[in-house]
Amino acid sequence: MKALTCFAAAAAVLLLVGSGASAQTKDWSTIKIATEGAYKPWNFTDPSGKLVGFEVDLAEDLCKRMKAKCEIVAQAFDGVIPALNAGKFDAIMAGMNITEKRKEAIIFTQPYGRTPSTFAVLKSSPLAKLPEQGKVYSLNPEGLAAAQKSLDGLKPMLKGKVIGVQTSTAQANFLEQYFKDVIEIRQYKTTEQHDLDLLAGRVDGVFASMSYLKGVVEENKDLTLSGPRYGGGALGFGVAVGLRKTDPDLQAKFDAAVGAAIADGTVAKLSTKWFGFDITPQH
Amino acid sequence: MDLDFLGKTFVQLLGGVPLLVQLAAFSIAAGAMLAIALALMRLSGNAPLDAVARGYVFVFRGTPLLVQIFLIYYGLGQFPAIRESFLWPFLRQPYWCALLALTLNTAAYSSEIIRSGILSVPFGQIEAARACGMSRALVFRRIIVPQGLRVALPAYGNEIILMTRATALASVITLMEVTGIASKIISETFRAVEVFVCAGAIYLLINFAISRGVAWLERRLSPQVAEAPAGTAIPKLAR
Amino acid sequence: MRYIELMGFGPTGWGLLLLRATGMTVAVSTVAFLLGSVLGALIAWGRTEGNRGLQLAAEAYTIVLRGIPDLLVIYLLYFGGSAAMTAIGRALGAEGFVGVNAFASGAIAVGAISGAYQGEVFRGAFAAIAEGELEAGRAVGMSRRLLFRRIIVPQTLRFAIPGLGNVWQLALKESALISVVGLTEILRQAQVGAGSTRQPFAFFITAAMLYLLLTSVSGWGFRRAEAAAMRGVRRA
Repeated sequence: MKALTCFAAAAAVLLLVGSGASAQTKDWSTIKIATEGAYKPWNFTDPSGKLVGFEVDLAEDLCKRMKAKCEIVAQAFDGVIPALNAGKFDAIMAGMNITEKRKEAIIFTQPYGRTPSTFAVLKSSPLAKLPEQGKVYSLNPEGLAAAQKSLDGLKPMLKGKVIGVQTSTAQANFLEQYFKDVIEIRQYKTTEQHDLDLLAGRVDGVFASMSYLKGVVEENKDLTLSGPRYGGGALGFGVAVGLRKTDPDLQAKFDAAVGAAIADGTVAKLSTKWFGFDITPQH
Repeated sequence: MDLDFLGKTFVQLLGGVPLLVQLAAFSIAAGAMLAIALALMRLSGNAPLDAVARGYVFVFRGTPLLVQIFLIYYGLGQFPAIRESFLWPFLRQPYWCALLALTLNTAAYSSEIIRSGILSVPFGQIEAARACGMSRALVFRRIIVPQGLRVALPAYGNEIILMTRATALASVITLMEVTGIASKIISETFRAVEVFVCAGAIYLLINFAISRGVAWLERRLSPQVAEAPAGTAIPKLAR
Repeated sequence: MRYIELMGFGPTGWGLLLLRATGMTVAVSTVAFLLGSVLGALIAWGRTEGNRGLQLAAEAYTIVLRGIPDLLVIYLLYFGGSAAMTAIGRALGAEGFVGVNAFASGAIAVGAISGAYQGEVFRGAFAAIAEGELEAGRAVGMSRRLLFRRIIVPQTLRFAIPGLGNVWQLALKESALISVVGLTEILRQAQVGAGSTRQPFAFFITAAMLYLLLTSVSGWGFRRAEAAAMRGVRRA
């Protein structure tokens, strides 16, 4: 009898909790898209708690094209790929670059945005005077030699410094690959956290995408961009929608929608609205 | 079950154990000293001291450790006044911030444990000791501490285990102890469940060792109060 | 921006959001605590009256869930729980994935941990019941069910209240960890605000005060409950 009441109670509670569960349909009439919610202006949270940003607007546009009802949820960036594969949502639109490593775990659509990455430092820091300010280098095979020379040129000034970066990102990968023994890399859960530590002087610099840092240095007069800008190769081939390997049909749908959005200028319009410049990948 | 991956992950995670042990050991030690001070403040009979200690315990037991860590690390780093003070070389490093947060937190809980240990010593013994002419310090050292320790040890052992678990929170301020390394491995391999299971196993092993150690210490201190053989029905008195 | 404006209810104020987050904290802690009570009762029963196998299982459960950091339990249930639910769902014929949202997985995780602690509390409380009362009950011919309902449960609850008060506060504080899997409770809301306005101190101090409010109100409530339950009982 005791066992029975216990089991009944347990079942009741499980039902209560299980009501939070939901099964996904295969016809893709409803799609759950995950974003980070802390990566302005790609995706962030406004004071009323609503998710807003370039990718939120783009997601709504893509879903209209795919004739699907979309639900956008927030997910911490460092767990977003395992969570996708665990079925928590169906797609990732979180400023995520296409990289070889990520392609081992998930599949991507064509990219809808591409910006290089660079360093941001305090204006008062010696690192504000990194050479080749603003020059863009590609880490793709054709440009790798020139980029490597530029990277080597930075090493003397960066030696021993502490650089902050968001964990799980292509930027973190880049630092590990090219600067591992030169600097101390500190990995943060969000970009907002490493900005706080940059302002506090705990790290000597941060390394992130231009699209993000531009807004940050505009808001904080103490910060400035420094050094050359890198893209491609380890830093990825552009931001795209991430999907499970077992959903090539959804990938095809998204791909068509992204292609259409780029072709008719929607991406350009939205990106100018949010970034101030056009981030559409130029092929 | 990819045993090869699990094995490699396990070895990588072991690299975080020294930091874990450091954080736990130093915070427990420093926390114990602060806790004794707090316990004495509460037992001193001095109203303002008692109030301060009670307030401290109330605040640190009433808020989550994670909030305390964020407050100390990000909150304090916001103020230029702190950044220009002598504290900054320490507070600048996540290691010291984590240590500070863990110490302050464990001190609150430990002070209550120590206090109940001290209070458990029968007053008659203290009376007798004072009547024999022992100074307060001598009474503390020879009468209260040995016996209070015996009573406090099970609860304190529990606190030690709780503290080793709490060190996992240091990973949220970029420290690379076991949980931090686990997060890094997951961000590279995307295999969350396997890595976290490995990490969990490491914590279990450490806590198992600690609880065995505390049990041994308990037996050493109280050989006359060994546990009755299993199955003996001992009538319990109503509370 | 001044603290009052930041935390107030105006257009730039985060007060409403923080209040909603507080509600979420209470909600998830309550569900977790109830889950833990069910689990704790099962574990206490398993350890006192179960056969050897059940005893070992209950002990193992307690050791594992008290030995791993809460953060890991939450992560494991978040990532692993979906896989498990999907497997169950597939077995029952559902297609595709069965998602478990952050509230559910967080509540289950904290509930599982809480269950381990509540098992200990119930075990100790049960042991405090005078053996003589149980003997007398059996001697008068009470069935096991009646004995359980009229003698064991009321007294176990009475002795368990102080311990349960502690465990409830633990659940409240552990709910802060569910922020790492995205549930918008107090700490997550504070982090969003801190990141957005770059004023971490204001937000985390407010979060701390909200938690203090919750724990002190709970503490007061449990002390009242204890006083009511212990009416008439002679204390040593």
